[in-house]
Amino acid sequence: MEKKFGVYICKGCGIGDTVDIEKLKKNTVGGARIAAELIKEHDILCSPAGLEMIRNDIKEGTNTLVIGACSPRVKYEEFDFPGTLIERVNLREFVSWTAEPMTDATQTLAEDYVKMGVIKTQKGNLPEPNILQDLSNALVVIGGGITGLTAALEAANAGYQVTIVEKEAELGGWAAKLYKETPRQYPFDKLDEPQVFAKIKEVESHHNIKVYKSSIVEKTDGQPGLFDVTISGNGASETIRAGAFIVAAGWKPYDASKLTHLGYGNPNVITSVDMEEMAKKGKIVRPSDGKEAKKVAFIQCAGSRDANHLPYCSSFCCATSLKQAKYVREKSSDSVAMIFYKDIRTPGQTELFYKSMQNDPGVLLTKGDVTGVTDAGNGNLIVEADNTLLGEKVQVEADLVVLAIGVVPATRGPQEYLDGLVEAGKKGDDAKKEFIEGTEKPPFLLNLTYRQGPELPSLEGASGFADSNFICFQYETRRTGIYTAGCVRQPMNMTEAASDAAGAALKAIQCVEHVAKGIAVHPRAWDTTFPDPMMIKCTSCKRCTEECPFGAIDEDEKGTPSYRINRCRRCGTCMGACPERIVSFKDFSVDIVGSQIKGVDINEDDFRVIVLACENDAYPALDSAAIKRIKISPSVRIIPVRCLGSTNLVWVTDAFSTGIDGMILLGCKYGENYQCHFVKGSELANYRFSKVKETLDKLQLESDRCQLMQVSISDYDKLPEMINDFVARVEEIGPNPFKEF
Amino acid sequence: MAENKKVLVIGGGFSGLTAAVETAEAGSEVIIVEKTPYFGGRVTQLNKYFPKLCPPNCGLEMNFKRIKNSSDVTFYTLAEVEKISGQEGNFEVTVKVKPRYVNDKCVGCNACAEACPVEMPNEFNFGLDTTKAAYITHNQAFPFLYAIDDRYCKGKACAKCVAACKYDAIDLDMKSETITLNVGSIIMAAGWDLYDISKLDNLGAGKIKNVITNMQMERLASPNGPTGGKILRPSDGKEVSNIAFVQCAGSRDENHLPYCSFICCMASLKQTTYLREQYPDSKAQIFYIDIRTPGRYEQFYWKVKEDPNVTLTKGKVARITEDAATGNVIVEAEDIFAGKKIKQTFDMVVLAAGMVPSTKNSKIPVDATLTADGFVQPATLKKGVYAVGTLKSPVDVAKSVQDATGVAIKSIQSVRR
Repeated sequence: MEKKFGVYICKGCGIGDTVDIEKLKKNTVGGARIAAELIKEHDILCSPAGLEMIRNDIKEGTNTLVIGACSPRVKYEEFDFPGTLIERVNLREFVSWTAEPMTDATQTLAEDYVKMGVIKTQKGNLPEPNILQDLSNALVVIGGGITGLTAALEAANAGYQVTIVEKEAELGGWAAKLYKETPRQYPFDKLDEPQVFAKIKEVESHHNIKVYKSSIVEKTDGQPGLFDVTISGNGASETIRAGAFIVAAGWKPYDASKLTHLGYGNPNVITSVDMEEMAKKGKIVRPSDGKEAKKVAFIQCAGSRDANHLPYCSSFCCATSLKQAKYVREKSSDSVAMIFYKDIRTPGQTELFYKSMQNDPGVLLTKGDVTGVTDAGNGNLIVEADNTLLGEKVQVEADLVVLAIGVVPATRGPQEYLDGLVEAGKKGDDAKKEFIEGTEKPPFLLNLTYRQGPELPSLEGASGFADSNFICFQYETRRTGIYTAGCVRQPMNMTEAASDAAGAALKAIQCVEHVAKGIAVHPRAWDTTFPDPMMIKCTSCKRCTEECPFGAIDEDEKGTPSYRINRCRRCGTCMGACPERIVSFKDFSVDIVGSQIKGVDINEDDFRVIVLACENDAYPALDSAAIKRIKISPSVRIIPVRCLGSTNLVWVTDAFSTGIDGMILLGCKYGENYQCHFVKGSELANYRFSKVKETLDKLQLESDRCQLMQVSISDYDKLPEMINDFVARVEEIGPNPFKEF
Repeated sequence: MAENKKVLVIGGGFSGLTAAVETAEAGSEVIIVEKTPYFGGRVTQLNKYFPKLCPPNCGLEMNFKRIKNSSDVTFYTLAEVEKISGQEGNFEVTVKVKPRYVNDKCVGCNACAEACPVEMPNEFNFGLDTTKAAYITHNQAFPFLYAIDDRYCKGKACAKCVAACKYDAIDLDMKSETITLNVGSIIMAAGWDLYDISKLDNLGAGKIKNVITNMQMERLASPNGPTGGKILRPSDGKEVSNIAFVQCAGSRDENHLPYCSFICCMASLKQTTYLREQYPDSKAQIFYIDIRTPGRYEQFYWKVKEDPNVTLTKGKVARITEDAATGNVIVEAEDIFAGKKIKQTFDMVVLAAGMVPSTKNSKIPVDATLTADGFVQPATLKKGVYAVGTLKSPVDVAKSVQDATGVAIKSIQSVRR
């Protein structure tokens, strides 16, 4: 496309009263080398007349637009001209609403912003989507329990081919082993028959679903739309092409042999899982002698909510024990069910079930800590509890004790093994070998051939759950096209798991639909750009392959990075990581931002500070500060970046070698409760930034001239002050000595 | 075959927004109808989310960005569905769009609000302060257009805003419009309201100034709230040194709400961190029946418990009264573990008020069987119509997001059948 430029300056919203527009235009002619007749102004650019002016130019062939008006966060419909390359220069929020009107400093600020906008369009290009060939939109569901079955049915009913891979010989998982389910419907007082059998039937007769039983995923190669999935089982193995995955591998009960303090080991102490099996068989008896169990004690939080075992609540065990108490009560009218609990957790409408059970005089609920379960000598057990509401120790005799056993996600084993392997690897080859030889390898679920590892990476503090770290975006994982659902994500009951399965199925569908169009998935689900490395210059340093938060880059046999575009989320972390500066997007590159920085007006009398601002949170926070008209130093030039992870250190060199006095990186919070939408971006930026001192030392500059700040979108009241304080500190240090050159 | 492939989402809170963007990104056209002038619902009013203590506007901003960048999402604000007819694949929906009195030419400059002489109670801040009749709720509102509240505006007799607006954006003659939408599927995401605390006689019936709701506490702590984020007590604007949190204010009570409202335990634990962060010597005391922090939320509970200035007392609050001389609040409760009744004075009390489905205050536009408490029973809905999140049961934001994403696939099935 041959570019035909048009620069449009709005005078509304105070811009015309803050900046000398004629001077601004003149500078744009000189500084940005744009012909005078291509620069136009309007009193209110977003008004019908202003927009008409732009549209007329587009009709005449203008295809590259620089719009100097308000923030791109507003008037997005008005300034949407499909088919053109557009750069919105934020003269309103960053100049008119935050700088003193009609000062030299403000004038230069506006001129710099327009010039930087022009440079961006000069260097950038209109993106074209990269659509790979032979794409599949079929889905693979790992796990055939209630979650996997539901996910498969939801996707199949939306018109997609689905393959279920189930490791057991039969579908149904835990759901098929239950005697009854906790009430699913209002008024939540009657136990429901298991729903899973109807689902199994539907799945097995569905024309869009294929089922592999007694099978596992032995190998997963490729990327979304192009996964080659090797399924093995029953002595055979087969490779199928798929577009996306739903991991619904479920949970297993916590290892009860670790709960000897609750009596486990005694034949009459069983788990809630055993109880279902027993109830399903018909009779509730003492395993030791087959005697009918009429006094049954339930001990809640068996493993759960215990720092020595599971540091989380397993969510559904309170309702499960109430349900099993009902089993006991229904078998015989003189039976007693005693539940020992810390807190009864029946959130939401499950409370109604709890209430209905409280009305049964044969159900006794005791709050307290169980301190021991001992043999009474007659086959019975003595349950002892302390800290009860009566303020004293309680001892009761029971025929049978049921431990409300906690939930362990199927993802925990592989994650712990792989994390252990990495840790051992850090200690050297011997330690690694020792780990491999001395540790039983748990069953892996995905067996990805990704350079960054075969499974979903663990989430810090998540105890092996493959959960999202985002409250707002529940299905985010670090492996594009692979979504998790059910108890691998969080402990949840079956109603919740079924709804969760539908959510994950939707995300998988989105992924296959987006790769078919060459568009990224969340959080840039509109983006048609992609990283396009100039491989001829690659030195195979592997920084991009190591740093990519999404494992999107593999290495070929020679160790050269190979980009799997459909795994990419377009954060630009690879671009920031690359020391050779060879990774570029059509509208975002090391050269574009570097040139914008170099385009800033430098003079000996003024200070200049570059702010690289994360466009997801820092940028809206800056806008929000401007809306409150909080002043920011006119020395500051704000450049938005996709994610702080895209920050290439050469920008620091670019800035300081051209005479910029200071630089701020504004990004999201990192660490355990990270807020970075790209998971690792701001953390990686910080890691790289820790090395910036070396760069500055080389230039013989003070490292205080550079700072990374973690901010959130709600920090708008503090942010201007943080920036202004930084500018003041830089002024104290003094001007960058490179200015003179 | 569905004659109409579009999906209608009723409600622009977090559930509705999620249902809309997730559906659109899977390839279907979506129309959102929101009854207030702004999106974001309850979530916009929150200071922070539990358990991450991150700002809700971060996720909202991302969803707004998804809407802005999608050609498949259109929306109406100040709009309410009046009637729905037809069936799956071919619904006809009548929507009444109320006048905003501000058109799309609005640039968000604030001149109208400056000129407006009328102060009205600020509903966004649950009446903790006032705002002008020409207003915007906060600086990250979407859409970023002002609105004029005709319940308070003096109309053309005043028109100071019209004179102040340089952009021809105010039209006091704007009238209600009725539009018809043809869609293939409908997602209802009308959300929830707070239980009316005036019904809680023993807890002060909403008459004691320094007894506030948990949602008011969110506004007090929010940087865009009535006090700029400083927790000050409503009666005299004084800083606070101790706050009591009363759990199950309405919830788990046969006389009020028989169900558990799900979010309040985590919300109160979270709010103790607001207080503790602002006032290092302050104390918080939570009165509870059971602490319900399911799943990994347990970790957050442990973290809060570690703070020696946060006390958790198992016991129901019997009575809350005001000390007229000081404005302090006296809480009488039982302390079950200690086996005694206690009476303590606090600067302020936060009632962990329960969640009520919005069907209690405004009728939903389709036939549905509701529970006695107003929750939609999803199995009774007509084919092609779905309910999301808190319309069905009390849930938190995370569960609403899961549910809304799951319902998105149902709506897609409906329009593809």
